[in-house]
Amino acid sequence: MFRRCLPPLSLLLAALAGFAGGGAAAAEEKRPWDDIVAAAEGQAVYWNAWGGDEKVNAYIAWVGDQVKERYDVTLNHVRLADTADAVSRVLAERAAGKDRGGSIDLIWINGENFAAMKEQGLLYGPFTEVLPNFRLVDFKDKPTTLIDFAVPTDGYESPWGMAKLNFIYDSARVEQTPGSIPALLDWARAHPGRFTYPAPPDFLGSTFLKQVLVELAPGPDILQQPVASDAQFAEVTAPLWNYLDALHPHLWRDGKTFPASGPAQRQLLDDGEVDITLSFYPAEASSAIASNLLPETARTFVLDGGTIGNTHFVAIPFNANAPEAAMVVANFLLSPEAQAVKQSAEAWGDDTVLDLSKLSEGDRHLFSTLSRGVATLPPDELGPTLLEPHPSWMTAIEEEWRRRYAG
Amino acid sequence: MSGGPRLAGGDFLRFVPALTLVLFLAPVAAGLVGTWLPAFGYLPVLGGERFTLAPWIHLLAQPGLGESLRLTLLSGLLSTLVTFALVVLLLAACHGGRLLMALHSAMAPLIAVPHAAVALGLAFLIAPSGWLVRLVSPWATGWNLPPDVATVQDPNALALILGLVVKELPFLLLATLAALGQVRADERLAVARSLGYGPVTAWVKAVLPAVYPQIRLPVYAVLAYALSVVDMALILGPLTPPTLAVQVLRWFNDPDLSLRFTAAAGASLQLLVVAGGIALWRLGEIVAGRLGRGWIAGGARGGNARFLRAAAAGPVLLLVTLAVLGLVALALWSVTRRWRYPDALPSAFALETWARQAPEAGAVAGTTLAVGLIAAGIALVLALACLENEQRRGLTLGSRALWLLYTPLLVPQVAFLFGAQVLAIQTRIDATWLAVVWSHLLFVVPYVFLTLGDPYRALDARYARAALCLGARPARVFWQVKLPMLLQPVLLAAAVGFAVSVTQYLPTLFAGGGRFATLTTEAVGLATGGDRRVVAVYAFLQALLPLVAFVGALTLPHLLLRPRHPALDRAPA
Repeated sequence: MFRRCLPPLSLLLAALAGFAGGGAAAAEEKRPWDDIVAAAEGQAVYWNAWGGDEKVNAYIAWVGDQVKERYDVTLNHVRLADTADAVSRVLAERAAGKDRGGSIDLIWINGENFAAMKEQGLLYGPFTEVLPNFRLVDFKDKPTTLIDFAVPTDGYESPWGMAKLNFIYDSARVEQTPGSIPALLDWARAHPGRFTYPAPPDFLGSTFLKQVLVELAPGPDILQQPVASDAQFAEVTAPLWNYLDALHPHLWRDGKTFPASGPAQRQLLDDGEVDITLSFYPAEASSAIASNLLPETARTFVLDGGTIGNTHFVAIPFNANAPEAAMVVANFLLSPEAQAVKQSAEAWGDDTVLDLSKLSEGDRHLFSTLSRGVATLPPDELGPTLLEPHPSWMTAIEEEWRRRYAG
Repeated sequence: MSGGPRLAGGDFLRFVPALTLVLFLAPVAAGLVGTWLPAFGYLPVLGGERFTLAPWIHLLAQPGLGESLRLTLLSGLLSTLVTFALVVLLLAACHGGRLLMALHSAMAPLIAVPHAAVALGLAFLIAPSGWLVRLVSPWATGWNLPPDVATVQDPNALALILGLVVKELPFLLLATLAALGQVRADERLAVARSLGYGPVTAWVKAVLPAVYPQIRLPVYAVLAYALSVVDMALILGPLTPPTLAVQVLRWFNDPDLSLRFTAAAGASLQLLVVAGGIALWRLGEIVAGRLGRGWIAGGARGGNARFLRAAAAGPVLLLVTLAVLGLVALALWSVTRRWRYPDALPSAFALETWARQAPEAGAVAGTTLAVGLIAAGIALVLALACLENEQRRGLTLGSRALWLLYTPLLVPQVAFLFGAQVLAIQTRIDATWLAVVWSHLLFVVPYVFLTLGDPYRALDARYARAALCLGARPARVFWQVKLPMLLQPVLLAAAVGFAVSVTQYLPTLFAGGGRFATLTTEAVGLATGGDRRVVAVYAFLQALLPLVAFVGALTLPHLLLRPRHPALDRAPA
């Protein structure tokens, strides 16, 4: 969606208001949980979260009902077009000297925005250790719950859900799905004009590039470090560009133009203009079928060697007006009940961050009885999760892509 | 209550024209300067403390800049040329005929429909999997799957050119029709015809040279708009790379703040492109004038050229049909549950999209309505005050004043909105209603003025004189004689102003700080997203609001005033 890339216009506001610079002193949250819950009673939480998906909005509204009933916390969903807007507002508030009573209590965040806020000292905490449900998180098999795009979370954001690159195809038209990035090239050769990917810097398009890079780069470990030099970048990314040079002539519109976003490509799949689209939510195909946005025959596939995945989080700004209530909400979001509802295809279909083996028998049952949806792969078929490269790689790749293919 | 208040009223009126000019020229001027400074490296808040050419060097090094320029010039010049040629051909071939009147009334409502809605409708229509292909597939085409041909966002911006022509044609046609009255076209035509010239040749040789100077400004406005359009280009134009205006917007929106300098240089380049485009057009005028003079003096009479009527009316009819079908497609998609390729019509209808979007779309429509009504109201007051002042003081509007009026329409929006935004932030009015309404006023005021000016001046001065002779003060004459008689044109001007406000995309984005959602920003924002049904709801509402305003403006006076004011029938419309 175009507006998601829309401006952090208020970034400019922050700049004009005069950069204060330097990190505010962060203090670790050490109060006992019961004190926090008591303090949260009657507080209102302004949760700034991207509001572009009706199902997510409905789920957040459900969370609001629950925390009102259980903790007497009033949840207000401030619907954002772009999370960067919230980041810039916090920045502007600090620049204006507003160190308490800020307008944002909770932000749905990850990746670059988290890295920026953490670096600028704009976050409250560390606070995750005091959340009782935080210990239920699956740190072992889901390392991205602690390392967000190669940046350690250090307790400044609480995991909420798992995203993972997957591919949606129309089984009425596609018989054999490719199992790797090289196989995808062969498939595209055999089916000219039937595959494409969203134009970077759309995040799905960029993720596709990263997937190719991770799969083809000589040593993936290099990608966890920042880009060291132009020469290193050229060497490491050479296979990526060779691959794209070979792939593009066989793409939709001969690779001369690209869809603007993931949803735009999903529309192309539904229209029959392409046979495959990309997604970040394993349950997207099922959910789109239910919303009449994809045919009943839509299905999901992943690559054998694994696909790039990440975690999305909630964080609290340093000047939040109601940090206690924000923590209560973050903790509720991690509860088995809230995570199970979130994972059901009817509600949202977003995968849990919890380790099911840490749950009680009854809580595990919540997950095992979930309806997965006809087009969603079971968790054991989703394949390994590959780590996001360091953000500096993405920036450099997006620029080089534009130079090569959008010039 | 003797002479005192009247004098005060007159004094107040005297300052309104100056106030109006300052109100809508100052932001443009300040905005231009505010964009030029960072274009040369000066923007202290972002660390730019000294003048440098670095932003320009960085701009020129951007990949795809050449292609962006090519697309911009191609789409801007070609669409204006085609629009102008169609208008000339249509008027020359069908002058005064019933066909022209029919086309005119079919086209008039299109003026009210915002660019974004027209563009979205066209995109739904002409895409490879669009309605047109669906209507004839697969039975006639054999296309079980949509053809892999770029008919939208194509590499030569042809879809964008089509959209621009569809949208600008009614505007230029109306402007030309209005100008024809001022140059006594009928008499000229009659003389030429009596000298034995064929109808089309007579029009081109005797009317066009006289009418062209009158429509030069509207033509330039069309050209400037086409060279710098953003919303239509986002929907119909190519995006890798896009046209210059869209690219500049992307740089402004980049989280990397250092790109603001590049963006400012790009915005200044956009101004140069428009200035260059207008200069090129002017050059074309001169060349055409030279060549044309010889041709006119040659005395060739030309034939009957009846076939030209079809040649002119055919494409125009096609364009109007496309626009209307596009709007029908929007309406259909908004009530669709499922509509797969290649079904000619939705397989399942439902009002669920409307029901689900109702709360949010209602709020957004409310904002749109409020901003539009306030802006149109203020513009109307200013225009009426200026015109009334002009009449009371016996002034006439010079051509230089007309140029001033057109300034916001000739200067590309991206070229000054950034600077204006910086100004708004510094005065702490950004992202407020004041800033949004004001930014709309820059464009609403000129259109309201242009719409209202002619009928206001054309009102027979003897009505006012008779009332004055009967002892009425000027204020009473204004309120009780002129305004009721001019109710129809006044309401129409308000409707035009409202429609212009609804259309605004960039000003809403910049002045609203991204926090003011109108039907236009939502429709354009959703356009690249996935759900056509939701896009259709917003685009349909966006088209509907101005149309309702126009219908209201046309019917209200009759409902309200007919019984009391028979004279209304004779008021110029």
